[in-house]
Amino acid sequence: MKNKACAVLALLAFSCAPASGSVRTVVLDVEHSSFGRERMTFSEGETVRFLVRNGDPIDHELIIGDDEAQRLHEEGTETHHGDKPGEVTVPAGATAETTYTFAEPGTLMFGCHLPGHYRYGMKGIITIEA
Amino acid sequence: MKRGSWLGVTAVFLVLVSAGPASACGGLVNPNGTVSLVRTTTMVGYVDGVEHYVTSFEFAGGGAEFGSIVPLPGVPSKVERAGDWTLQRLVEEVQPPVALEDGAEAAATAGSAGAQVLLETRIDALDITILKGGGDEVGRWARENGFSLTPDAPEVLDFYAQRSPVFMAARFDPAAAAADGQNVGDGTPVHLTIPTPNPWVPLRILGLGLGREASVEADVFLLTEGIPEMLPAPAQPSDRDGLLLERSEEAPRALLSDLRSDKGMQWIPASDMWFTYLRIDTTAGALDHDLAIDATGRSDPSPVAAGLATPVRLPDLDDDASFTPWLVAFLVGVGALALSKYAWDRA
Repeated sequence: MKNKACAVLALLAFSCAPASGSVRTVVLDVEHSSFGRERMTFSEGETVRFLVRNGDPIDHELIIGDDEAQRLHEEGTETHHGDKPGEVTVPAGATAETTYTFAEPGTLMFGCHLPGHYRYGMKGIITIEA
Repeated sequence: MKRGSWLGVTAVFLVLVSAGPASACGGLVNPNGTVSLVRTTTMVGYVDGVEHYVTSFEFAGGGAEFGSIVPLPGVPSKVERAGDWTLQRLVEEVQPPVALEDGAEAAATAGSAGAQVLLETRIDALDITILKGGGDEVGRWARENGFSLTPDAPEVLDFYAQRSPVFMAARFDPAAAAADGQNVGDGTPVHLTIPTPNPWVPLRILGLGLGREASVEADVFLLTEGIPEMLPAPAQPSDRDGLLLERSEEAPRALLSDLRSDKGMQWIPASDMWFTYLRIDTTAGALDHDLAIDATGRSDPSPVAAGLATPVRLPDLDDDASFTPWLVAFLVGVGALALSKYAWDRA
């Protein structure tokens, strides 16, 4: 039952509500160390505000970037993110946000690099369409 | 299930889970500590509605605290130090040392994060806390008390909490161990007495934090008054991996006698027991269930207890006082309608 509820939430989370200007908001409901979504698609030049709601009793983070960026974060030792666009730490049970502009068409990744989380499957692909 | 439904049934089972160095019966939740719980061995005995849960924690040394979480089928009425050699004797029963072959026969407070702390006690260098709460609540309590949860912990805690929201958190205090003169490799046995009508053996917790492809190897021993019905049903040893039935036979009287002579183990019957040895050899990803054992004599192990089905939530007549008036009103209404129809028909 809870899984079904999570699936519904995940679907609802990606019904992107129009925001002021050209920024739209995408809500990511994290549950059981999963973003509830393995793929997202945006348009070139689009600015997106990611609202990450952590329903788990453990910390998570959202890191957006290419493979090299993901590798650096996986091997890095930063314990907190929030200053750079597309990078945010979300404490247990909390909500945090980050805004990112997808400047060029192509493919990026999103994921969580707290110990073991990326390998556990907390990651996905972002496609930026021209 | 009410206690009364077990009348006439004196099923007894005894379970020992002996996990190898790569796994543990409790989920290790602080892998970054310098102390390693190299093996956790657990025995569960069930006699006339009361489960006796015996587990032992061993550590490899170091200077940091280390914790473990074990899901329980009910709230313990007693937590105490167990006998010194019960677990070792059971392991010896199926893994006899070669050198011995010829002579072997011879108070409740609310936690800040919502989890309810039912009991706190110290056994040797182990700080034991019995918790009651949902997966999120227990996870928050663990986090606030210095436990570091692995990424699979939220799902696993929910998996157990929806069937029984009771957990044991055990934390080794190496400074206290040193002060007590404990050496590396020493085990601290713990005995929990748990009244419950629905016993089960937690298996999925063995894979907590290991990764889906990691190997899980463990031994499960059952001692029952009859041949036990289990869910999932074990496979034959020729299948090589999974839950394998290695032995199924009448329990040796010497084993029962030895177990009964250890501290606090007199609840084990002296004779007429059935001995079953199950070997687990699988991966953490495949071990997504527990082991249900039917102790009622109905040959009907519960899919819910095995973790193969989600429990159906119904109003609890004992706890939900608001439900009772509605039920009474409903029954009165149905009765009134029946009487009206009866009167109408007779008229």
